[in-house]
Amino acid sequence: MRRFYFDHNATTPVSQSVLEVLVAALLEVPGNASSIHQDGQLAKQRLEAARREVTALLGCDPKELVFTSGGTEADNLAILGSVARDLGAGAPHSHVITTAIEHPAVLNPCRELERSGVPVTYILPGPDGVIEPGDIRRAIRPETALVSVMHANNETGALQPIAEIAAIAHQGGALMHSDGVQAAGKIPVDVRALGVDFYSISGHKFYATKGIGALYVKKGANLRPIQFGGKHERERRPGTENVPSAVALGKAAAIARGTLPIETLRLSELRDRLETGILSRVPDTGVNGVSHSRTPNTTNIYFDGLEGEALVISLDLKGFAVSSGSACSSGAVEPSHVLLAMGLAPERARASLRFSLGASNNEEQVDALIDAVAGSVAQLRKLSPTYTSA
Amino acid sequence: MSGGVDSSVVAGLLQRQGQRIVGLTMQLWNQRRLPELTPEGGATGRCCSLDDVYDARHVAQHLGIPYYVVNFESGFEEQVVKPFIDDYLSGRTPIPCTLCNNFIKFDQFLDLAEGVGATRIATGHYARLGFDDATGRYQMSRGADHSKDQTYFLFGLKQEQLARTDFPLGRYTKPQVRELARELGLPVAAKPDSQEICFVPNGDYAAFIDAYFRERGIAPEKTQGEIRDRAGRVLGEHAGVHHFTVGQRRGLGIAAAEPLYVIATEPANQRVIVGRNEDLLRATLTAKDMNWISIAPICSPIRAQVKIRNRHVAADATVWPLGSNGATRIEVRFDEPQRAVTPGQAAVLYSGDLVLGGGWIE
Repeated sequence: MRRFYFDHNATTPVSQSVLEVLVAALLEVPGNASSIHQDGQLAKQRLEAARREVTALLGCDPKELVFTSGGTEADNLAILGSVARDLGAGAPHSHVITTAIEHPAVLNPCRELERSGVPVTYILPGPDGVIEPGDIRRAIRPETALVSVMHANNETGALQPIAEIAAIAHQGGALMHSDGVQAAGKIPVDVRALGVDFYSISGHKFYATKGIGALYVKKGANLRPIQFGGKHERERRPGTENVPSAVALGKAAAIARGTLPIETLRLSELRDRLETGILSRVPDTGVNGVSHSRTPNTTNIYFDGLEGEALVISLDLKGFAVSSGSACSSGAVEPSHVLLAMGLAPERARASLRFSLGASNNEEQVDALIDAVAGSVAQLRKLSPTYTSA
Repeated sequence: MSGGVDSSVVAGLLQRQGQRIVGLTMQLWNQRRLPELTPEGGATGRCCSLDDVYDARHVAQHLGIPYYVVNFESGFEEQVVKPFIDDYLSGRTPIPCTLCNNFIKFDQFLDLAEGVGATRIATGHYARLGFDDATGRYQMSRGADHSKDQTYFLFGLKQEQLARTDFPLGRYTKPQVRELARELGLPVAAKPDSQEICFVPNGDYAAFIDAYFRERGIAPEKTQGEIRDRAGRVLGEHAGVHHFTVGQRRGLGIAAAEPLYVIATEPANQRVIVGRNEDLLRATLTAKDMNWISIAPICSPIRAQVKIRNRHVAADATVWPLGSNGATRIEVRFDEPQRAVTPGQAAVLYSGDLVLGGGWIE
């Protein structure tokens, strides 16, 4: 059976040209980038060339980029590395502000801070899935050390007003982190214009390999390591540099920079075709969250009267990969905490699907997906005890 | 697919027959809830544990079939766990497996399977199904392996559920199933059988109920009370009626000249009534919410063998319909009195291996 992949916010396949530079690096660059001999120097050169490509995508200086094992490590490093936890007896507590719609890679380091005594405020979005900057302003305290707000939401694609929020954070004397894992490679990103101090990205979300990511650390921003070892990455992230994966990330960044304007347009047209097709063919559906300011490849649609989990399985068996909610440890689906935070009723959150498009998708696939969705929804609703057509 | 031997063999057998199959595991209970019940931190070896999902996924991979874990946690809590707790607090001894079969597995789960394109579901139950052309009814019989027979837990299945269900293991014995597992090369061939209630660690249901109330922040009502004999004499105290079930001997904490058994629990006044073994004998019972499987609802008395708990040997009895409304209630008159007729358990009627139907003991 042919398989059509509509889950690019979960991960993307490695692109052919990324694969080529990756294999070449694995074959031709065996050295340790920290060694002084020529083998080491070659590795170091490739590493730094890759770093320059990534910083060109983000609009920062190469000295401001730390390679990590991925988005999760970048988020952990930014949050746990910038917020002091042991301030000593009598010292004022620090405080962190984040949002209820963050990825677990941000939410769970925040919970870890809470366990060690640092209070964390979780800001709720509006029904459109967007954080209101005024809510951040009202939550700022004198002791607020960090504000962390994602750039683009993984479930809805909603873009957050990061520049405005960063200005508020800085006025309040706090540092600003943004999880840009779902934005980098999908929309133009300029960390200087955003005004953030930390910005996380992940390679496998834009056609590089799993296991590589990076954290932008603004020059002068105070960041302590959270792992301890050698003096790699300017003593901010120990461990022998993963040169082949960094090279892959650099290549993916270069490709994204070149194709972004056209691909953004192409994907948003495809996404709109999918959205319009589903909404016009299938009754009792609607888009969750903001419809204008979002990543071009993402739509999140509710299908009242059914379980999103069943619809995902039904579509998968027809050859279409889409997603619903978030997987718990067993692999079963739990309702999306993002949709719940936006105020969706739990039934509607469970009845929602995320479609995220990417390089491999075309109009023919989108039309086939619309047909498959219409058929599967009709079948599931026929058996639904709660669905009665209007 | 529970990750155990039985459902894994079902998948292997159907695949060998050339059926197009999809493996599904129900996520019913979050084993990380109520962590105080498993101080060793091991949510293992029980249904829905990550280990079992791992095993089920491994079997699916071995067979090369699509496989999914589907989440029924909220339905399971509402329709199995809460009624289970309510029953114990009301002095009944529930059968959660039957509630799960009636309201989750052969209801919501069956609908999900059909919704994703399946025409039938197959499970690893030891029971046999047939169709009687004369009456137009689906019939159920005990599994060929009487020691593993699970029809006691399946008495609630309706005709439209049976029409979409297969029990491929009904004709096999457990040793044969293990042999099939080895023959099919299944990675779980040597896995031990599971015994207990899947969401209750170590079979300690009273500790589960206490932990559930603590988790939900509900201050336990006064559940402790007196242990009395049938004459009303107070013999001791107990920590809650939900710790006791009819016929129980252990855990009374009373020194007596002869063995004492629980003969009733009275939740209204928090009393546990104890007596001698012969006080447990009953010649009759009534059962409600009857579901008739292999025969139509009776309108006149019939002879049957009646099983009053899973481990009970079905006893000869005459079964009388009560009321005129299609025998939704019955009275069972045993030829010989039976020990420990327990409210909340089921009375399941057999004629030889044929399962006639069943209802809940009042």
